Amino acid sequence: MSVLTPPRSAPTRKAARPPSARENFSGWANRHRKWLFAAPAMIFVGVLIVFPLAWTLYLSLTDSQGSVRAASEFVGLQNYLTVLSDVERFWPAVGRTLSFTGVALICEVVLGMCIALLLWRPFRGEKWVRVAILLPLVATPVAVGMMWRLIFDPNIGFVNQLLGMVGIPAQPWLSGQDTALGTTIFMDVWQWTPMVVLILLAGLTSLSEEPDEAARMDGANAFQRFFFITLPLMMPTVIVAILLRGIDALKTFDILYATKGKGGGSFHEVETLNVYAYGLSFDYNQYGLSSAVLILFFMIIIGSMWLLTMRKKAVSK
Amino acid sequence: MTVLSKNTEDTENTEPQTAPAEPAKTAPRPRKPLGTRAYKVFRVAALVAVVLFLIAPLFWMLLASLKTNVDIYDTGKSFLFTPTFENYANVLQRNNYFVFIFNSFWVAFVSTALSLVLGVPAAYAMSRFTMHRSALVVLMARVIPGVSLLVPWYYVFSNLKMVGGFEVLILSHMFVALPLIVYIMMSYFDSLQLELEESAQVDGLTPIGAFRRITLPLSVAGMATAGILSFIFSWNNFMFALVLSGSKTKTLPVAIFDFVSYASIDWGGLMAAATVVTIPIMIIALFTQKYIVSGMTAGATKG
Repeated sequence: MSVLTPPRSAPTRKAARPPSARENFSGWANRHRKWLFAAPAMIFVGVLIVFPLAWTLYLSLTDSQGSVRAASEFVGLQNYLTVLSDVERFWPAVGRTLSFTGVALICEVVLGMCIALLLWRPFRGEKWVRVAILLPLVATPVAVGMMWRLIFDPNIGFVNQLLGMVGIPAQPWLSGQDTALGTTIFMDVWQWTPMVVLILLAGLTSLSEEPDEAARMDGANAFQRFFFITLPLMMPTVIVAILLRGIDALKTFDILYATKGKGGGSFHEVETLNVYAYGLSFDYNQYGLSSAVLILFFMIIIGSMWLLTMRKKAVSK
Repeated sequence: MTVLSKNTEDTENTEPQTAPAEPAKTAPRPRKPLGTRAYKVFRVAALVAVVLFLIAPLFWMLLASLKTNVDIYDTGKSFLFTPTFENYANVLQRNNYFVFIFNSFWVAFVSTALSLVLGVPAAYAMSRFTMHRSALVVLMARVIPGVSLLVPWYYVFSNLKMVGGFEVLILSHMFVALPLIVYIMMSYFDSLQLELEESAQVDGLTPIGAFRRITLPLSVAGMATAGILSFIFSWNNFMFALVLSGSKTKTLPVAIFDFVSYASIDWGGLMAAATVVTIPIMIIALFTQKYIVSGMTAGATKG
C-alpha cells in the first residue's frame, strides 16, 4: 500500500505518521480531524469573504470616494436612497441584468434540452459532436468577446456578409443602441448552452428506461412521452442547470466589458449591475455608491437563488 | 427465492409474446419505421447544424488570425487568401506574449495546486461528517459578485504593497478555485464507498492514515477533474486580474483586452492573440474531455 501513496502526502498533517513520540498529537489530530481538515479552507474563504463583505456593507453607509484611504463620513442610508431613486443608471441596469439573464436562460435551457435529446441515444460520430460541444465551454470569455466583435462588425463582419447574400440589409449588432444587448445574449447562449447540454444529458442518462418504455407500450407518441414522462422526471435536473447557469449569468462581466468597454457602451446599452458596480468602483472611484449597488445586487442574487431552491424542493417532492 | 425466480420468468415470458403480437393487431406499429427514418434524417441534419453553430465562429477567428488586415477588410477574400503567420509573430515577439502566457500558466497552476491542498481535505470532512452548513459557507464564494470583494482586497493589498505581485493574483484565483474544488470533491467523496476505509481502520490504520493511504489514492480521478476545471477557470479569469495584476504579472485575458484600447483595432493581431489564449486551453480540454464533463455535471443529478 505504501508504494502507492508517497507523492500524495501534502494535504495531511504531520500527525499521519504515528511514531511513538508523537502518539499524543496523532491521537488528538485523529479525534479532531473533522475540523482539522475543514478549518484551513473555511478560514481562507471566511477571511476573504466575511471581511470584504462587512467592509462593503460599511462602505455603503459612507460617502467614500476618490480613494478608499481618503477620509469619509458616515451618511446612513443616503447611498441606498440615491441609488434606488436613480432611474437613469440603476434601474435600467437592473432591468438589463434581469432581461439578459432571463432571455439567455430560456434560450439555453430550451436549446440545451433539444440538443441533449438529440445526443441522448448513441450514434456514430458521437465523439466529434461532444468535442464540438466542449470547445465553446472552455474558450476564454474575453477572447470569445473579441471573436464576436469581428464576426458582428457592421462593415466587415461575417454575419452581415451572410445576411447580404440573402438580401437582408446590414445590421448594426453590437454598435446599435437597441441591438447590442440582444447580441451579447446571443454570445452568452453560444458559449453556455453546452454546459446546460452536459448537465441535462447527465440527467437523461441517469433516468430509468421503464416509465418511457411503459408509455411506449401504451401507444404514447414521442411528444407525449417527452412532455408527460421525461420532462417531469427531468425537472429537478433542469432546475439545477438553471441555478448553476443563472448565478453566472447574473454576474456576467467578461464578454460585456470586452465587447462594449467601460460603462457598457456610450449609451450604457449593455450596462448590467455587475458592469455598473465595476465602473463605479474602478472607473469612477465612487466606493460608497458602488457598495450600495453591490449590496442590492447581492440581495437580488440571493433572492433568485432562494426562489429556485424552493421551487426545486417543491418539484422533487 | 423460488417466488422471485418465478416472477422474473413470468416477465421474461410475457415480453417476447407482446412484442411480435403488436404489429399484427395495432395500428401504430407499421407506421413506426417510417417515423424513425424521417427522424434519423432530421437528427443528422440537426446535429450537423449544432456542430456548425458551435464551431464556425472559432474557425472564423482562426482564419482571420491568418489574414493580413487588408484581407480582413476585403469581403471577397473570406475563405480564399494567402495565409500568413505575421500576426502571430507580431503578437508573440513585439507584444511579449510569451511573458503573459507564462504568467497565466503560473497563476493558474499555483492557485489550483494550493486550492487542492486546502480543498480536498475540507471536502472530505464535509462529505464524511455531513457538514452542510460549513459547505454552504465555502459555496457562498461562488455566489458573491466578485466586484464586492475587489474594493476591500485592493485596499488591503495596496496597503501591503502586494498589488501587482503574483501572490495577490494567486490568492484571488484561489478564491474562485477553492469553492469549485470543494464542490466537485464533495460529490466525489459522497459517491465513494465507505467500506474500504472502514476495513483499513479495522486493520489498524488511524482515520487520517486511512484517508491518506486508501481514500486519496482512490480519488485521483476526482482530483484530476477538480484540478483541470479549476485550472481552466483560473486561466480564463478576467476581472480579478484586470484590477489586481501589474505590468509584470499581467495575464493573457487582460493582455488581450489591452489590445483594443488603442485607437484603431488591429483585427489580425487581435484574432491571433485570441487564438493564442484559447488554443492551449482547448488542447487541454480535448485530452481531458471525460474529466471536464464529469466536473461540469458534478452533483447535478443527485436530485
